[in-house]
This record gives sequence, structure tokens and C-alpha cells, in this order.
Amino acid sequence: MNVRTRILETETVGLALAHDSAALHVQGSAVYIDDMREPEGTLHVEPGYAPKDVRGKITSLELDVVRAVPGVVAVLTVKDIPGVNDCSPGPGDDPIFAEGLIEFHGQVIFAVVAETREIARRAARLAKIEVAAMTPAVTVEDALAMATRDVVPEYAFTHGDVGKMLKAAPHVISESFHVGGQEHFYIEGQIALAVPEEKGGMTVYSSTQHPTEVQHCIARMLKVPDAMVTCECRRMGGGFGGKESQAAQWAALAALAAHVTGRPAKCRLDRDQDMIMTGKRHDLRIDYKVGYDDTARLIAVDVNFLARCGYSTDLSPSVCDRTMFHADNAYFYPAYHIKSRRLRTNTVSNTAFRGFGGPQGMMFAERMMDAIAIETGLDPLDVRKRNLYGRGRDVTPYRQKVEDNIALEIIEALEKSSNYRARRKKIAAFNKQNAVLKKGIALTPVKFGISFTLTHLNQAGALVHVYTDGSVHLNHGGTEMGQGLYIKVAQVVAEVFGLSADRVRITATTTGKVPNTSATAASSGSDLNGMAAKNAATAIKVRMTDFAAKEWKIAKSRIRFEKGQVLIGNQRISFGELAKKVHAGRVSLSSTGFYSTPKITWDRPNGRGHPFFYFAYGASCSEVTIDTMTGEMRVDRVDILHDVGRSLNPAIDVGQIEGGFVQGMGWLTTEELVFDEKGHLRTHAPSTYKIPCASDVPADFRVKLYESGGNPADSIYRSKAVGEPPLMLPISVWCAIADAVGSLKPGVMPKLAAPATPEAILRAVKGMQA
Amino acid sequence: MMRQTIRFLRRGQVVELSSIAPTRTLLDYLRLEEKSKGTKEGCNEGDCGACTVALGSLENDRVVYEPVNACILLLGQIDGKELVTVDDLAVGGKLHPVQKAFVDNHASQCGFCTPGFVMSLFTLYHAGKKPTRQEIVDHIAGNLCRCTGYRPIVDAAVKSCTGKPADAWIAAAKATAVQLAALNDAADVFVGDTSTFFAAPYHEEALTRLYADHPDATIVAGATDVGLWVTKQLRTLPKIIHIGRTKGLDKISDEGPQISIGATATYSSAEAFLGSIDPDIGEVIRRIGAKQVRASGTVGGNIANGSPIGDSPPMLIALGATLLLRHGGNERQLPLEDFFVAYGKQDRAPGELVWRIDVPKLKANEAFRAFKLTKRFDQDISAVMGAFKFTLDGRAILSARIAFGGMAATPKRALKTEAALHGISLDEPQNWERAILAMAEDYQPIGDMRASAEYRLVAARALLRKALMEVASGNSAATRVAGLRGEAA
Repeated sequence: MNVRTRILETETVGLALAHDSAALHVQGSAVYIDDMREPEGTLHVEPGYAPKDVRGKITSLELDVVRAVPGVVAVLTVKDIPGVNDCSPGPGDDPIFAEGLIEFHGQVIFAVVAETREIARRAARLAKIEVAAMTPAVTVEDALAMATRDVVPEYAFTHGDVGKMLKAAPHVISESFHVGGQEHFYIEGQIALAVPEEKGGMTVYSSTQHPTEVQHCIARMLKVPDAMVTCECRRMGGGFGGKESQAAQWAALAALAAHVTGRPAKCRLDRDQDMIMTGKRHDLRIDYKVGYDDTARLIAVDVNFLARCGYSTDLSPSVCDRTMFHADNAYFYPAYHIKSRRLRTNTVSNTAFRGFGGPQGMMFAERMMDAIAIETGLDPLDVRKRNLYGRGRDVTPYRQKVEDNIALEIIEALEKSSNYRARRKKIAAFNKQNAVLKKGIALTPVKFGISFTLTHLNQAGALVHVYTDGSVHLNHGGTEMGQGLYIKVAQVVAEVFGLSADRVRITATTTGKVPNTSATAASSGSDLNGMAAKNAATAIKVRMTDFAAKEWKIAKSRIRFEKGQVLIGNQRISFGELAKKVHAGRVSLSSTGFYSTPKITWDRPNGRGHPFFYFAYGASCSEVTIDTMTGEMRVDRVDILHDVGRSLNPAIDVGQIEGGFVQGMGWLTTEELVFDEKGHLRTHAPSTYKIPCASDVPADFRVKLYESGGNPADSIYRSKAVGEPPLMLPISVWCAIADAVGSLKPGVMPKLAAPATPEAILRAVKGMQA
Repeated sequence: MMRQTIRFLRRGQVVELSSIAPTRTLLDYLRLEEKSKGTKEGCNEGDCGACTVALGSLENDRVVYEPVNACILLLGQIDGKELVTVDDLAVGGKLHPVQKAFVDNHASQCGFCTPGFVMSLFTLYHAGKKPTRQEIVDHIAGNLCRCTGYRPIVDAAVKSCTGKPADAWIAAAKATAVQLAALNDAADVFVGDTSTFFAAPYHEEALTRLYADHPDATIVAGATDVGLWVTKQLRTLPKIIHIGRTKGLDKISDEGPQISIGATATYSSAEAFLGSIDPDIGEVIRRIGAKQVRASGTVGGNIANGSPIGDSPPMLIALGATLLLRHGGNERQLPLEDFFVAYGKQDRAPGELVWRIDVPKLKANEAFRAFKLTKRFDQDISAVMGAFKFTLDGRAILSARIAFGGMAATPKRALKTEAALHGISLDEPQNWERAILAMAEDYQPIGDMRASAEYRLVAARALLRKALMEVASGNSAATRVAGLRGEAA
């Protein structure tokens, strides 16, 4: 790890400060929603569903026996909703309560409201639900075979006569492989507490990445104006995309219970319910055909991403678009047909998850590079390098020019620091000598586009107050899920005022202070909210400067804010003193700030534009050992070099890189979502769904920040977004596993699926031995 | 003597409760009754460690701290212990060394798993020696973090767990020992009435009598399984008999050719004894659950619950262990494999208790191997668990005992395979094939979320081959990615 405090022209921005809540986290005194002191009379809400059924018409719903349980206050169904029965992020096809039909296992049909959570949980299981079963479409293959209606129409990026070029290409590879989904497994499950207010208003505390959407959903459901509903979130115990659209339903149930009973109500999902009832990363089948020349350079790429979207639309349109946006990863495709099908299945609706479809797109690109390397006998790293974007080969499949390309620099620096070439030789020697154990190595790049591809979401607001003692109150539209957004934005505001970060009081995100926010997603939290907060703070600073210039009769250029003080000519007064004088001078010390990302455009119908403000780059090199008898695998060493521009906080950034890497490694190795053929998720608890634990992280784990001169794009203090890009670094682990399997029969591409569980690895091994 | 309360030590004071729901969990007690909100609920099934708390107990007059999952521990089980939670650690506004190391190393992000990690490391801090990196990752295998990737947490452990603890608990250790000694009386605990109770008998006779009177009661040793009946299945269990307090029932004796494990000996306490038979046994036990589960869970419980995928039964069966059962004053003994009758059915009469397991050690001419196959190395339930004992005459196999978990409805011996190995030479791999093929006659596994039926059979065969290869070569380094036996190269 390489956390060092650089000498910057900034005082606070760039410091490796601890997470703002670190001291609270370690004492258990950071308050999550379930830790809040419950208002008197708080009730508990338990969602009810048909325990066995997956798809079919509800023919009978017997809830009287539930109502009769002592302690049960109400049993809610769709009839209790005064407004709209929908908790979708827009499309309108996610009912809060199923109406007449259930379309996946775990769909909520009713909710029990009781004096205690235990009573509610027990009572919910007494419901008698009869469903006239219909055949469910569980897998991508089922959806194709049953010809279910796609959740949204297919979409493609096309350039050149791909069919003709593939026919003419000297070398062609064609194959199909599966990439699995992923459960978010935030350690704090979904939860919301709703408190009824006067005149039909509602305050909702929700563990959500998107307070505005929760506010809108509840207002729509209760048929009240948005202004009657306030949604607040101080912190989440993890989000990862799983609380972007998926938090709304539980907040809606709590609010409906509060509305119906007039009492505060809390809805907290048990882990198994959480995993059954909420969406996951999309799993896909990827069919592709690639043509390349004698130098292993791509000629044309034809790929079809068949995504399992689940029963409804949710965020699948944007997720699947981002798969297409990252189907190139860091490589130039001279001609392409990049298609995406958004398949409807009778499974829980898949949703946002760190990377938002991008990881699946990159898996395709990296798999294709490996396939070409195996066919040509070249080192996979050389195939990668030959196909990178470069001069004259710099237009993406969505017609944005890559102007900030540093993929080659990063790859070559890592190639050297990881000693890739020498290790590859050593590994070849090891594999020659060992019959059972085989090693593999891979070095893969990441290029990730930064900005929401729905252009209008790229905006943010902030609210800053300076009090007359010089302390600062900060609020913005971004939410804190552990990623360190709050401390980063506080550092920005402190920087503007020349204060230390501890003078900035960070406050809970609430729709009452900053309205109409976008979700904290797409890695955009610091970029957008940092800028908005900077604008708010700067507005106040300008007023303070103007006031001081007038008061001291001095040029504005001679006033500086630094080290907690204000330098006015040769005079030095404290920031607080100036604030007091400004207030006495009847000038406002409060300001909102707003930011919208410049430059970006996206013409979706024509598949062209400049959807990304900039790209984030990184690369990783992983070495693994597999056991060809059992399929067991060990990661031996990982080297990472990642670009965060000029870091706002290197400790936080390294944390995102390491954490993202391990989470992505889990997705591609141990984390397997298993649905049975009837459509029940069989891995709905940590006993069966295995996220990485400490021993899965190699002891030899070398993470470095790329020595950057700063983001070429005019981002917040020239930093780069870091939330999602590192999740794709561990594609090198998966490629290294394929490399190890591939050593069994040079020239043959292993049929390795993701996740590479022991069983998947053994299957690939057996495929080589057949 | 009977006591109608449960008592434990909390922040230097004795807490005495005279009315508890028999299946009240420790976590619910903390969060809902004591209103201490520091301890978090992550999964409610003992698999994520967010609810980890430390329990102090007396061992040879010293206070020893172990981490446990509060979510699946019944409140009554902490009778006689000191309960330490994350809320207690900072004294007078000053962070505990473990907490400070966490902050200094940026070891928390969302912070929700952090209290559990802090408490796990609190027990490591008090373990009395400076841990290796491997010992640290072992110690936190039962704590899941989804944000950090663990590196800073391991760093925090390296920095704080120096083997020289000096905190408020060390300062109070003598007084705590005196208080704990006073709490550990010879009373038979019984809280409730004859229809609903939590009982924790001290005397053997009290236990056997109580169970004979209430054969419908649920026996709880560590509750790492029964806890989930409560938290996940919402079963109503009105009568709980906790056997963890029963004097002598946790006894482990290592005498002559066998090791005897009392029914309530935890994995933590049995680990070293069983591991001394063969390093593979130690390694498999290290991978059973994690620290928290092994601190509560018992070898006896792992047998009594009859799980088809329990990890210790295959090893114990391969070793030729026998089981002692007791009913009132009557005892009977049977080979362990005979105890497992069918899925969910064991040879245990109503009112009868698993009392002791006798495990023969290996003889000079016996070789043992055990392998646990899982999606994740640590804290994962086996897809396939295979154990092998070969009795050798030079390089020839005189006889074999082989047992598997995950391959049938019960832990089961591979009798056909064993027979096929009879007389086979370790030096003639071509002659191993008949035995390897015979496994299909012994096992017709099913597929589930852990592995397909095909994988199970293919892997089981591979494990037999691997066991033979390793015994033949005396080396494991060339055949394992984890759990090396540490043979001299």
C-alpha cells in the first residue's frame, strides 16, 4: 500500500484523513437506523410472501388468521394504498404489493404490522396463500425458449459491415460463456423507519442510496405532494448499488404502516428475506464472434449480451447499456456489432451493483483477449497491448474519442513492478514439473467511463452554513455508505475556507435540505457533490471576501483564507471573527451550491455522443494456483496500480481499491447464486452464499496509486472517481485461473464459467482432459 | 441445590435474571432489553460475525476471553460468564488499543461489521501471545467485511495484538476471577416452570433425571445449530436443557491409545487433542465454522444433530470412534457409524443423551488423510468431506476405513471401496482404479446449492486418489493448495 501525503498546494484536500465516523464505528456508537431510539409506540412491519410459489395467479389469500394474532395491529395489502402501488425507479412495473399475480419467488403480497418484530415475523408465516402455478422462466435459456417479452427492447452499437469482415478475416473465434450474478451482501440489511407527521406528512429514515426516490415513491403511494415527505439517511451499513432502487419498497411499507396506524413503524428485513426479495447483479450469457489479423489485432467484433433482468424493468435498461459501454474495456474495435438483450425471467428483478453492468462487458473483452492469445500462442499481455486504444485508433463503439488514455502507461508500469515476464517463465517451469497443481498469471487493464449515462442525472446540490463562531455545517445530496464521501466533501469545504476538516460538521443527507438529488451511484458521489459543496462554500467565501475588502478597504486579491485564519493584507484574524463581523454586517453566511457536469452528451437513438466526462484507469496482475483434482484455487499474489487522479484522500481511495478488488474477486470466484429449476434462490444466507473472508485475500497484496499529474478533465481538485472501477481489477484473477487451466492443453481455450468455483474449475479442467 | 435465576458478570456487576424466555438470544437481550446498540445483527445465523461479543470465563483460575456470535447464543448460556460488548471497550473516552489501531489503519468503511471485528480482536488481544498473520486471519474468519478487503483490518490486528495486553480488563483480572468463581456455583439452574423452562443442570444425575422427565425438551450444548431453529425457523421450543454447565461432561482425556471427548467439549477445546492424532484433523477443525462457532459448538452436538454434512463424523468414523449414550443411569456404546440411521434419524431413544466419544489414536502402521471441499476455504459447510485411514503392511494396504460427508443422507462409510483397497500396493497406482471406481457403488450423492451430484462423485474419487498419492509419497506439497501437512521436504 502506498498512502502518502503529498505536498500539494492544497491544505486539507489530499490528506489521508480517517473516515469521519471511524471513531464511532469502532465503539459501536455510529447510529444506523436500527440503532436509533425508537419513538414511543413504534410498530414493526414484516413483509409476507408465498413461501413456495414462484409464478402464478393468487387464487386465495387468507389473512384473518394473521390478523387474529395478539399483538398484530394491522395487515396491509394493496387495498390500503391510497395512491399508486409502485416502488419502481420509474418504469412503473414494481408493485409494492403483488396484485392478483406473483411473478417471482419472494414477491411481497401483504405486510404484517405488530407491536414487536417477533410477533410480526411469526404472524406473517400463518397466512394461507394459494397460487395457480404457471411455468416460470428461470434462466436466460428459459427466457429464450419461452420467448418471454424483453423488459425493454434490445439495443445495439453497430459500425462497419461486421458480417462481411468476419467472413473475410483470416482468423475467427466464436464461443459462448456464462457470467454469474452477485448478491450485494451489505452487512446492514434493508431497513426504514417512518414517523407520521401532522397534516399527513411523513418523515422516513431509510438506509438508501437514493433518498429522493424514496421520498417520491412514498408521496406517490400516499397520494400526497412530495413536499409532505422527507427522507433522511445519515449512513448505510454498505450499499454497493443494492440500496439504489431496492430500498424504496421497505421504506414504502414502513410509511404505509405509519399512515394506516398513525404510529411510527419500522421495517427491517431478515437476511434471508433480504437476499430472496431484493435484486442482484445481472448474470448473462455472452455469445461472441471475433475476427483478427495475423498480428492478433482485432478486425471485427460481434457480441450479444443476454442479460437476465428478472421480472421487471428496474434499472436494467441503464445497466445493460453500461455493459455495452464497457464491452470494449480498453481496446479499439475497428468494426463491431455490440448487442444487448434484456430478458424477462421469473426471478427477482436484477438491479444496480457496483460497476452497473460494466464488469460483465469487460469480462467479455478480457475473455476475448485470452481466446486470441491461446489461438495465436502469443502472451495474453501482448495481445492486450496490441489492441489498446492509441493514436488514430481512439474512437469507442459509442463514438466518443478517448482523449485521456493512460492504459498503456499503467500496464507497462505494472508489468515491470510485478515482474510479470519473469514470473510467467517461472510459472511455465512450475507447470512442467507439477502434475496436480497448476499455476496461472494474468495482467488485465480497466478503463471505466465516469458519468451517469442518463445525462440529466449528472447534477448535484449542496447546502453550507457558516455560523458566527466559524464552525461550518455541511449538507449535500450524496449519501454515505462507507465509501468516505462525507469526509471527502468535508475536506473540499474545509479547503475552500482554509479550515481543518474537523471544523466542518457533516450532517445527514435529507431531502429537506437538498432536494431533487440523483442516487449516490455511478462512482459520481465525490465528483458531483464535491463540486456542488465547493460552489456553495465558494459563494460564502466570496461574500466574506467582498465584505472584508470593503471593511478593511483593501484589494480582494490581498485576502487569503488559510490555516483557520483569514489574512487581510498584513492583518490576521480568525475565520470565526470574520464570520461574526460579516453577520453583523448583515450578509448571509449560508449558501446552496449546484453543479452539473459539463461537456457530456448522449444521443441514444443514434448511439453516439460524449457520455463520459472522463475515464478512470487501472490494472492488476494476479497469480493463482489450482488443484486439477478438486478444482480448489488459491490466489498467490496480486499487484494493483490504479489511477485516482490527484487523490482527495489517499487512505479512502486505497480503501476503495482494495475493497473493490476483493468484492470483485468474490463475484468471479466464491460467490455463486444458485436458483433451483423451479426458481427458488437456494443461496439466501451467508451459510450458502460465500463472500470472501480474510484468508481469501493473498498475503502478498501490493496496491499502489498511479503517480498522476491529475485528472485532465476539470474534476474536483483534479481527482478521479474510484467507487466502481477497482471492482473490475480482479478480472485478472479469473483470467489467471483460465491461464492455469489452459496450461493443461496449450492452444485450447478452457471452458471456464464465472464464478470460478471449485466445481467450475474442475469442469474446465475435465474439458481439457477430454 | 437449585438456582432459579441466571447470573452473569457485566461491567463489573453481577446481573441476575429470574425470568427469561427459554429461547431469548443474547443479541436480542442486548439490543432490545439492555438497549445496548453497539452489537449489530448482520445475518442472524452465526455466519457473519457482526454480533460478536466476548465471553470471559475461568480457566485454571485465569480469566479467558472467547468470541461468540450473540445472535444464535441463548441468553441462559452465558450463566457464570463475563459478558463484554463493543459498547464497553472505550474507557473514560479513551479508545481501546484495538479500537485505536482500527482508526489508525483505516480499517472501517461502512462500519457495520466493525463492532464484531473489534470484539474478535479484543479476544485475540487477550490471547497472551503475538499472533502470526495466519493466526490473525484464522481468528477473524468468522467476521465478514464487505467493504475493506480485510488488509487494513489485518494490519490493525498486527499493530494492536502484541501479546502484551494492558487494558482495563487486565487491570481488573484478579477481581473478575474472584467474581466469576463466586458465580460458578454447584447449583442446578432452572428458570421457568415445568411447561416452559431454561434449565442448566450442574449435576449429572440432575441432567439425566430432568431429561428423563422431559424427553420432549430440546438439548442444547453450543446452540450453533439450535440457535437457527429459533432465529430462522421461528420454532417454539418451550423446554431448553442446556448441558454446557454439567460438571465433567466437557472432559477430554488423552490416555493410552485413545482420546475421549465429553459431549459438551467445544471444538475450541478439542481442537488440539484431536489435531494431535493427525494434522489433517486439526486443519479440518480449523475450518469448521470459525472461532465464534468453535468456541460454542461441540463435537458431541455435531454428532447428535445428525447432519449429513457434519465435518467431524466422517473423520471420527474413519478413525473407528465409538459413541457412548446415556439414558437415566443406563449406558450403551456403539460404533459411531451405526448412530446415523437415515436422514434426520439417529439411533437415540427419547430421553437418551450423547455422552462421550472415544477416539482411537493412529497406530504406527496407520496413515490418515482428511479433506474438506468447499467454495470458500474458511467457514464454509462442506460440499464433500472425506476421511481415510489406511492400515499398512510396508507398502501394502492391509485394510482401509473410509467415510464421507455430503455424499449420502448421513455420514457414511465406503464399504465397497474399502474392500477393493484390500491388499493394494501404494506403489502400483494402476491397481487403485478398481477401488476408485467402486466409490460409485458406495455413494449416489445428490446435487444442491453447494455442488452438483457429478462434482461430488468426481471429487470424492479424486480425494481417494489424492489420499493414496500422498500416503505413497509422504508429501502433500505437490497435491494441495491449502492445508499442507508440513512434512519435511
